[in-house]
This record gives sequence, structure tokens and C-alpha cells, in this order.
Amino acid sequence: MSIGIFIIVSLIKTVLALFVLLTAVAYTVWLERKVVGHMQNRWGPTRVGPFGLLQPLADGVKFLFKEDLTPPHVYKPLYIAAPMIAVAFALTSIAVIPIGNWVTIGSLRIPLQITDVNIGLLIILGVTSLGVYGVALAGWSSNSKYSLLGGLRASAQMISYEVSLGLSLVGVLMLAGSFSLRDIVDAQAGTFWGFIPRWNIFYGGQFFAFFIYLMAAYAETNRIPFDLPEAETELVAGYHTEYSSMKFAMFFMAEYANMITVAAVASLLFLGGWHGPVFGPPLIRALLPVFWFVLRIFVFLFIYIWVRGTLPRFRYDQLMTFGWKFLLPLAIANLVITGLVVAIRS
Amino acid sequence: MVHLILFLVFGAVCVAGAVNLLAQRHPINSALSLVVVMGSLAVEYLLLGAEFVAAVQVIVYAGAVMVLFVFVIMLLNAGVEERTKGSRVALLFGVPGMLIGSVLIGWVLIERTGNPMVPAGALPGAPKVIGWLLFHDFLLPFEVTSILVLIAIMGAVVLASHPDTEQKEKEG
Amino acid sequence: MVPISYYLILSGILFACGVTGFLIKRNIISIFMSIELMLNGVNLSFVAFAAQWHALSGQIFVFFVMVVAAAEAAVGLAIIISVYRTRETLNVDQVDLLKL
Repeated sequence: MSIGIFIIVSLIKTVLALFVLLTAVAYTVWLERKVVGHMQNRWGPTRVGPFGLLQPLADGVKFLFKEDLTPPHVYKPLYIAAPMIAVAFALTSIAVIPIGNWVTIGSLRIPLQITDVNIGLLIILGVTSLGVYGVALAGWSSNSKYSLLGGLRASAQMISYEVSLGLSLVGVLMLAGSFSLRDIVDAQAGTFWGFIPRWNIFYGGQFFAFFIYLMAAYAETNRIPFDLPEAETELVAGYHTEYSSMKFAMFFMAEYANMITVAAVASLLFLGGWHGPVFGPPLIRALLPVFWFVLRIFVFLFIYIWVRGTLPRFRYDQLMTFGWKFLLPLAIANLVITGLVVAIRS
Repeated sequence: MVHLILFLVFGAVCVAGAVNLLAQRHPINSALSLVVVMGSLAVEYLLLGAEFVAAVQVIVYAGAVMVLFVFVIMLLNAGVEERTKGSRVALLFGVPGMLIGSVLIGWVLIERTGNPMVPAGALPGAPKVIGWLLFHDFLLPFEVTSILVLIAIMGAVVLASHPDTEQKEKEG
Repeated sequence: MVPISYYLILSGILFACGVTGFLIKRNIISIFMSIELMLNGVNLSFVAFAAQWHALSGQIFVFFVMVVAAAEAAVGLAIIISVYRTRETLNVDQVDLLKL
């Protein structure tokens, strides 16, 4: 297709993807409040709309109308820029995540992905690495001891678990032979022994890598059981102590957008992406893979929220010991064993 | 045409970041300008086709080394630089000196090299090809740099550890 | 289509900025960042020459430069922390005695 049509189609895809992602972030908050509420034997939000479904709207209005207080002792340029950095990098990874197969509209054959670069997985890892800046700069620019400690701890935690995160994905890369996310999903097509799907978690033998990835991802997104840097009972509120209204909402959005990205990458790399039973007329055939993909992301978000409602949080030294002395050797061992198997097989 | 425009835009961002690094007096602003320089350099690498190098530049340099710099600036609470006599002298002689030096370097580079045109994405550095080269032709430097990194880790841990905790560990 | 000399001029400008920063800055960390800027300028010229002569070893060498720069940053920052602990200052002009 010509360059003009390509730009227009990409713009439409970007706007749609951002809109869907931001709505998903808002409703993930609703899901969390409902699920954690039911686990704690109480209703979650029920008053605003049926089942509390309009609660995110009410929260948005509340954040907009709250007083946007800028304390006088902060370092203003970075104080204002840090939440923007966090949100910008959290929303960027959606650019390389494919959500379905190719779709034919009229004479155009469009992939359901904003860009399909050869190094898609490296871009996600790079954006994750850059997301540390939002947290570190927020902690430092707030010029208060709780924020500084929370910011230092959060960024140390994030860069420690980034290593295990990256290493746990290398096994998948060796099996697929490419960094492009679409190629990795295409390598998981089909079934073996008749009906068991050829996902990386079963057929590829990446069972342990899946759990290493999950634990490293919980630490990357600062969620329980690794959320010491932002826990209310420990450090007032960690790196976002001094933030109010819209800036705090931006940190919130960044955290949940990171959760959704992690869930998307896990389902693409380990659970076969969008593969699932496909039947029916062409329109349903195009939408059904998207439905399977969204179902997997929903399962991951539910597991995230389930773990949040169940486990206590790690102390900081336990957290760092776990990341460096347990997860990293396991990830390296997984890499070595997968490499041996791939080398012997070929 | 698009190649030239992209090169000029990101080249301008690069140079602006580098000049901002020199002009800012607080090290945190210099560190963030350096991150901007590294990001725009990654785009320049992409324009030359080195996609893996660009990704590694963002992950390693901008995402890890500069985070380390920002960490140390936060930990040591580095403040605004003061102007001393030595720095004024260096400004007076250093800036014109380097301007002359850079003009000289630029003249030599333009006159002596062939000055061919390169298209966008001139030498595609796909990860597969780079991996093959790295583990076949350049295996020895690869292993040596891994030992270098190990030594650097040990050195950094020893240098940065508190002298008091060392004493307590020896006694306890 | 961009002439390769444009990339080399950009690399030269970055290197010159790095050297200027090394000369005029008085904060140890800023001096260290100027060193990193010089290394980045050199990396760009490596990749530019690799594109000109169609030799992938230029891009491979960038890896080694990056690894060495990362190792140097780690050790150098550890040294800076030690210097700050003993001398209580980050100003290079005040670290001018061998023994306190």
C-alpha cells in the first residue's frame, strides 16, 4: 500500500489502541476493587451505575476536580515531568503488541499491530528500562525523605528484576528464532498429540521461564508482593507521596498500563497469543483471535489481582535477595538448558 | 528526502542535548540531557540500519548506565556547581580551543574520506547476523569483555561498600 | 540518501562537546558524563563507517565499546562515591591534596 494510506491506517490504529488501552486501564481499576472486595468478603463499588461500572468515570471526575497542589519545596521542572515520563513510556509499548491475525478490509491487508518491527521484544524491554526514570525522578524531585527513599528503593528494585525479566524471555527467543512478536506467536501455532496446543509453556518447555517472568514482572510493576516502595504502611506513599490529583492519577495509569503490557507480553510469548478455535463467517473469523487474546489478558489481570488480595509484602532486603540470589540463577539455568535442547535438536 | 529530514531533526536534538549538558549547572539536568542525546543517537543508528545496536543502546546505555548516573546524583545529593577561578580559565581557553579543534576535525573528515551517499538503512544489522559474527569471529573479545564485566562488578561492590560494615562483618 | 560525512560531522560535534565538558566542568559526575558523551560520539562514527564500507564488524565493535563504557561507569561511580565519603565534596578543584 502507498505511504499515504499506510500513515493514515497507522494513525487510526494508534488512536484506537490508545483509547482502548486507557479504557482498559480504568476498568482494570474497577476490576481490582471489585475482586479484592469480594475476596475480603465485602462488596466493591456498587453505588455508581449497575455493579459500580461507572466508578472509573466518577474517579476520573474526582481526579480532575481535586486541587492540584504543587508543594513549594519541590524541584519544579522534574516534579511536573516525572509523571508524564512514567505515563509516556507505559503507553509506548502498545505500539509493537499484535492482538490478532491479518485483517482484510476492502483491498487493504492490515496487520492488527501498529508496527511489526524485527526487534519488537527488544523495544518492549527498552521501554521497560526507560520506565525507571519516571519513578526515580519523582522520588528525587519531591524533595522529601519518604519520597527519596521510596524512589531509590523502587528504582533499585526495578533495575534488579529487569535482568531476570530479560533472561527469562531468551528461552522463548531461542525457540522462535526471531525477536518479532508476530513470528514468536506464529511459531506456537498448531497442536501436538491431537488436541494440546503448541504453546511455549507446554510444548516449548518454558514452564519455569513462565513463572520466573511472572515474578519478575510483579516486581517490575511494583505490585504486591513487591510493592514496598509504594506501600502506605511503610513509607507513607513512597515516591508519589507529594503528588495530588492529575499527576497522581498519571502514576496510577502508568502502573496499570504496565500491568496490561506485561499481561499482553506473557500471553504472546508463553500462552500462544491469539491462537484458539476459529469458526464462522469471515467477520467472526477476524474478531475471534482478538477475543482469545483479550481473554488471556483478562486471566493474567485476574491472577495479578488475586495475588494482590492474598499475599503479604516482602521486606526490602528479602526482595533484593530474592531477585539476585534466586531468580537470576534460575533464569540463567533455564537459558542454558533451553540452549542445550535447541542445539541438540537442530 | 525523508532520510535527510529525519537525520537533521534528530541530529539537531543530539547537538542541542550535548550543548545543554555543557550549559546546565545542576548535574541532574546534564544527566537527563545525556539521556536525550542517547535516545536520538539510537534513532541515528536506526537510520543507518543498525537496528540491534539501536535497541541495545536504549536498553543498556539509556536504560541502565544513565539510571546508575541518576542514582548516584540522587544518593550524593549533588548540588549546583560553583564557578571557581579554575573553571573560568577553562571556559576562556577551552571553548574557543575546542571550537577550533572541532572545525579542524570536521575539515579533515570531509576532505579525506570519500564522502559517498548512503541510503537509509544502509547496512541492516539484523540480530541473527550480529549474533553469528559475535559468537564466531569475535568470540575471544566477547569472552574477555565478560571477564572484564565480572571484575568491574567485584570492584564496584568492594569500592562502594561501607567501611563500617566491613569492620562489623570481620568482628561478628 | 545522506552523505556519510554528515554522520561523521555529527560524531565530531558530539566528541568536541564531550571534550569541552571535560575541560570546563568542575563536578566529578558531570566530567564523567562528558566522557560518556565522547564514547557515544565515537560509537556513531563506528556505525557510520560500518555503513560506508559494508563491514558489520563496525557494529560489533560498538558492543564492545558499550560494554567497556558500562563497566567503566560502574567502577568510576563507585570511586566517586568513595571520594565523596572521604572528602565530603564533589568539586574537582577541592580534591587537590593526596592526604587530607
